[in-house]
Amino acid sequence: MINLRHLCVASMVLFALLLSSLAQADLTIRITKGSDQAIPVAVVPFMWNGRGNLNQDVASIISANFSRTGLFRTLPREDFVSLPTKADQVVYRDWRLLKVSYLVVGSLEELSGQQVRIRYALFDIANQEQLLTESVTGSINDLRGQAHLISDRIYERLTGQQGIFSTRVTYITSQQQDKKEYVYRLHVADADGQRSRVILTSRHPLLSPDWSPDGKKLAYVSFETGRPAIFIHELATGKRIQLTNYQGLNGAPAWSPDGKQIAMTLSRDGNAEIYIYHLDNPRLTRVTKHYAIDTEPSWSPDGKSIVFTSDRSGGPQVYKIDLTTGKEGRISFDGIYNARPRYSPDGQEIFMMHRASGSGLFSIAALNMSTGRTRVLSTSPLDHSPSVAPNGAMVIYALMQGEKGVLGVVSTDGRIQYELPAESGDVLEPAWSPFLK
Amino acid sequence: MQQKQLEKVMELMKYSKVFALAAVFALAAGCSSDAKKDGTMDDVIGKEVHSTDTGGVSVDTLEEQAQGIITEAEAEAQARARAAEARARAAEAEARAKMQAILPAIRTVYFDFDKSSIRSEFYDVLNGHAAYLMANPSVKVKLEGHTDARGSAEYNNALGEQRGNAVRRYLSLQGVPANQLEVVSYGKMKLVDKSNSSQAHNKNRRVVFNY
Repeated sequence: MINLRHLCVASMVLFALLLSSLAQADLTIRITKGSDQAIPVAVVPFMWNGRGNLNQDVASIISANFSRTGLFRTLPREDFVSLPTKADQVVYRDWRLLKVSYLVVGSLEELSGQQVRIRYALFDIANQEQLLTESVTGSINDLRGQAHLISDRIYERLTGQQGIFSTRVTYITSQQQDKKEYVYRLHVADADGQRSRVILTSRHPLLSPDWSPDGKKLAYVSFETGRPAIFIHELATGKRIQLTNYQGLNGAPAWSPDGKQIAMTLSRDGNAEIYIYHLDNPRLTRVTKHYAIDTEPSWSPDGKSIVFTSDRSGGPQVYKIDLTTGKEGRISFDGIYNARPRYSPDGQEIFMMHRASGSGLFSIAALNMSTGRTRVLSTSPLDHSPSVAPNGAMVIYALMQGEKGVLGVVSTDGRIQYELPAESGDVLEPAWSPFLK
Repeated sequence: MQQKQLEKVMELMKYSKVFALAAVFALAAGCSSDAKKDGTMDDVIGKEVHSTDTGGVSVDTLEEQAQGIITEAEAEAQARARAAEARARAAEAEARAKMQAILPAIRTVYFDFDKSSIRSEFYDVLNGHAAYLMANPSVKVKLEGHTDARGSAEYNNALGEQRGNAVRRYLSLQGVPANQLEVVSYGKMKLVDKSNSSQAHNKNRRVVFNY
């Protein structure tokens, strides 16, 4: 009896290993800093009840998702002593011995018309309690999407916070061809960097992509006309419109929380100032008026104020302007360089580029809006372009690995840091999407 | 041929700036076609452009001075000298025209960290471009502003624009019409050296004349 069970476990492990080696090619996330306080979770390989082999290992995608939160660590499959795939197969003692706090089991069932149903269950081992029993149905060609959806559900059940595994990121790559001309590409990928899709390719620079609050459009800067202009790009249709064509700078587009306005930087009146472009009834409102550079606006979640970069004090620092009263003031005081601010979803903090006094390092830091205190989150030499996940738990940013630009992610509590799979060319200007429906 | 001309210039330099100037015109006229092709000549040509541009000293002055020391007995020689003088004047005018038609070979000026003020060492280069642009009113130039790799992209775009504007302002003050100049900032999007060293940063902080 025991022997038979062991044999069964062995064959399933073999199958799982085979699958994971197949999936290895696209799982190249490099975790550069982990946490020892992370909660141990086990995700057992899901059973496949259908024809042929699946091209994705759902359990390993879920497992990888949890490893990247910093809150959880996932046990390697070699350590498992049993491989339950249904609730009634779970033996709590097996997992208690492994000091596992939470367990995920599941199976996939083939339906007609390329559809698959995935049933899964979540267990609290210490309390011997089944926390979730659910199923999702979707296309056999989108197992990755379903794995992210399941991860979101489990994460929310465990933390009370909405998961970000089904969200996306957009970013730009620039690649020099034959050491001469650059080619710029605008990408959209899953939040884990997988399934990257090129939205636009251009011989002219692209930068500053920003998601519309509904996640359906991107605003960005393109130099395709020979000078910078702001474009709006509808993702589902690929339809693009050129929004601005002012003399000088047309940059740093930032969608307002209600999606009706875009804050931007224009130099049409002489130097870089922040304006608001009203989309419904096209017109401009000027926000800043200063001979120094004012740029990189970011809206507060309530839409009532904007933080931005200004060098009016001599070097770049972060300022805030109240849109109703026009009252403005400096908010960053630690360090000699603070720029490119981005509000956290709860409005409590802003994330920005930060260079401490006497330091050559450009890091990503969080500035607490009530205490004024700065927390440094990343520490490689040239970190830039922070963008916060919609649940406020993670920040994606660009960094240099030698002479190559790659994307890094750090949790906002600083517990975990990882780098996304390298794209060819330099990766820059990431922006995390809102929650997508 | 060029080497000989150069030697001649060097020799003349010893005697008089005026002679040197004329020789420079001759040299420039002689090697103008080479200057475009030969990158190694850039520095020389770039510098000389400045001296011709601000060289208010003309061959006329030389003639007047010369007349003072010529005796009547040497009338024939004087006539010959006049003819030579006329030829020199024509050559000079031609050289000047050619000079201003030559696109200055140095097309990049560099800036200090987080600064957009023009360094005095680049006045010569900018004067050369100003002369060229004024001699060729139909020519338009894009002044492309760039920064080093450090800092945020959009802030750097604004900084690159300030650098481009500083060059535009300088050229305007020399008399270049506004419609010949356009500033486009690329910030840190088009680095010439991607390494994180001060040499790389120095090379990247620039305004490029893109004709």
